[in-house]
Amino acid sequence: MNSGESGEEKTLNILVLGVGNVLLSDEGVGPRVVEGLSNGYQAPHGVELVDGGTMGFDLLPYLDERTHLLVVDAVNTGKEPGHTVRIKLDDPASFFRTMVSPHQLGLGEVLGVAAMTGNLPPSIVVIGIEPASLETSIDLSPVVEKKLPVLIKMVVDELKSLGIILKPTSDA
Amino acid sequence: MAKRIVIDPITRIEGHLRIECEVDKGKIVNAWSAGTMWRGIEKILEGRDPREAWIFTQRICGVCTTVHAITSVRAVENALKLEVPMNAQYIRNMIIAAHGIFDHIVHFYHLSALDWVDIVSATKADAKATAKLAQSLSPWPHNSHGNIKGIQDKLKSFIATGQLGVFGSGYWGHPAMKLSPEVNLLAATHYFQALDYQRRINKVVAILGSKSPHIQNLAVGGVSNPINPDSQSTLTLERLFYIKELIDEIGAFINDVYMVDVSAVGAFYADWTQYGAGVTNYLSVPDMPQDTTGTLFDLPGGYIPNGDVGKFENIDSFGADLFKNNVKESVKHSWYEGEWDRHPWEEETVPKYAERQDDGKYSWVKSPTFKGKPAQVGPLANVLAMFAAGHGPTKKHATRVLDLVSQLAGTKVGLGALHSTIGRHAARAIRCAVLNDVLQKQWQGLVDNIGAGDYTTFNEPVFPKGEIRGVGFHEAPRGVLSHWVVIEDGRIKNYQCVVPSTWNAGPRNQNDELGPYEASLIGNPVADPEKPLEVLRTIHSFDPCLACAIHMLDSDRNEIVKVRTVI
Repeated sequence: MNSGESGEEKTLNILVLGVGNVLLSDEGVGPRVVEGLSNGYQAPHGVELVDGGTMGFDLLPYLDERTHLLVVDAVNTGKEPGHTVRIKLDDPASFFRTMVSPHQLGLGEVLGVAAMTGNLPPSIVVIGIEPASLETSIDLSPVVEKKLPVLIKMVVDELKSLGIILKPTSDA
Repeated sequence: MAKRIVIDPITRIEGHLRIECEVDKGKIVNAWSAGTMWRGIEKILEGRDPREAWIFTQRICGVCTTVHAITSVRAVENALKLEVPMNAQYIRNMIIAAHGIFDHIVHFYHLSALDWVDIVSATKADAKATAKLAQSLSPWPHNSHGNIKGIQDKLKSFIATGQLGVFGSGYWGHPAMKLSPEVNLLAATHYFQALDYQRRINKVVAILGSKSPHIQNLAVGGVSNPINPDSQSTLTLERLFYIKELIDEIGAFINDVYMVDVSAVGAFYADWTQYGAGVTNYLSVPDMPQDTTGTLFDLPGGYIPNGDVGKFENIDSFGADLFKNNVKESVKHSWYEGEWDRHPWEEETVPKYAERQDDGKYSWVKSPTFKGKPAQVGPLANVLAMFAAGHGPTKKHATRVLDLVSQLAGTKVGLGALHSTIGRHAARAIRCAVLNDVLQKQWQGLVDNIGAGDYTTFNEPVFPKGEIRGVGFHEAPRGVLSHWVVIEDGRIKNYQCVVPSTWNAGPRNQNDELGPYEASLIGNPVADPEKPLEVLRTIHSFDPCLACAIHMLDSDRNEIVKVRTVI
């Protein structure tokens, strides 16, 4: 499942994966951050930005051969709406919520299967935000909308810490 | 004294389904199925351009993305009476078939096999005996002792770490688990192999759909795939032949592995042909259009009342009156304003939550009816309809599965056994094999059409002044999906999706008749109310998916699922 280029620079292979449902307000913050990154920056070699929507197993191939996975999602932190978090996952599969059966399909199960088949990226970081609204709407709540640039910067900084500089499109 | 069990949520996919059952003397005597989340896509679409509705509808669900996209463009095309070029039909049909195959395989191996297969038991199997058994059943080349032993070692080391991962919360050692360690190991081996094959078939969707996970190549009036055999950036012959290779590979997996495994599970759990029939009015729709107007189909569909295949009524075209005039939805038991029972074009979506009541309102899912009766939808409904219509490939694959089950069970098993929990799994495998045959045929149709010099993929839609109405339907992996649209002056005035899981998971209807999930549970055994594996078996056999995906991370790792037993 090699998605393309291989060769000289095999060192970093980073997936920035925004997940969530864009029809349910802040649940869609992950895809909205990816959209903001895609529109505002040029993703250099070694970084792929993917709007994962609410997909399950379809996402498995995107994890192949990654050195780093950055998940952007709404996170239930128990803090006030708009509260942002950066969580380094040491035990990814158990982080995601447990289900009644062994086979609910969410990101947790996708990572669980990846762990079993040896496709789990060695480094996984979640960039998240506490949602204010999960109502049916294609708009983010004002609280989370205002935090979009913060979330985007958190991803940019995370990549910077790995030695990757995202160039704003306007500079090109 | 009856006990009440509440399982919330029960769905394996994002989306919330809650099942309540009353168990008396080890059997279920009453059941309520409730969708616990409100899906308001209709509200989002009001006032929008009908040409972009599909982009929104494919985000309803995390699994059924392409199916909502396709049904949406069909609804608008039906309203406009717009023809769709043959190349576009072939490309859409290939996406539909490939997605259906992907979905059926994932459902069987990764979403439901573990209701029947005990993974922990597989580690105790004799790998040599497993290989011998496997080779006696199928010519599949990856059933070697080495392959099987490799998977067993992997499972052992996985379990030794104490991290069962995706297998963590299974009901291992449950008294209702009956397969021998060897059969469990065989199923576990194919669980891993299926992970690889589902990826291969999904590539077909990705190549044709221009992007995965969400396809981008649709348009009201056709598809946006440019066809030019000479250009690298379009659908070239090279890409088409790569697709053919993937179709052949997956065909071998379906015929030599999936069909055989389903037959084996069916034979070893033959008692489950006695449970789970529920509502036996079956509804499916024709699909894989073979002309530009939607009057000729590769796969038939229609209505079968009371499980009587002899009373099959054929639905013969997109927008056929038989379908269009007989669908209604009731909100008598659903959390919406009013008590009405209406045609989808006349519906409104005004949520009104109230306290849950057994005989009042208790679900966010509406209750659809066909000809005033609840109807079961899904691969079983479709296979029975295709069988009734005399569809060759369906008869061939159904006969093969029933013969294999009969051989393994040592008793003659007929078509009647399909009206059951385990029958729904068998029907899904049969349909998967049929889809692969169809996929081959659509591929050939596309290649021939391009070869004949036809590169057309799109007819421009033109919206008239005034009001027009349309219905689009599609035989999706979980069954009949229909979108109903009312367009006024080129803008959406009303939009309703009647989805497969609404048909099956719907609550009691206007006449208080039970919905298919509810009815299918009555009479099911429950060995241990604290571990209601049997309830999961029957509900999962429908491939439940509530079209309202929500999944949120929880930084405290809270257990969200509850199984409660209430006296």
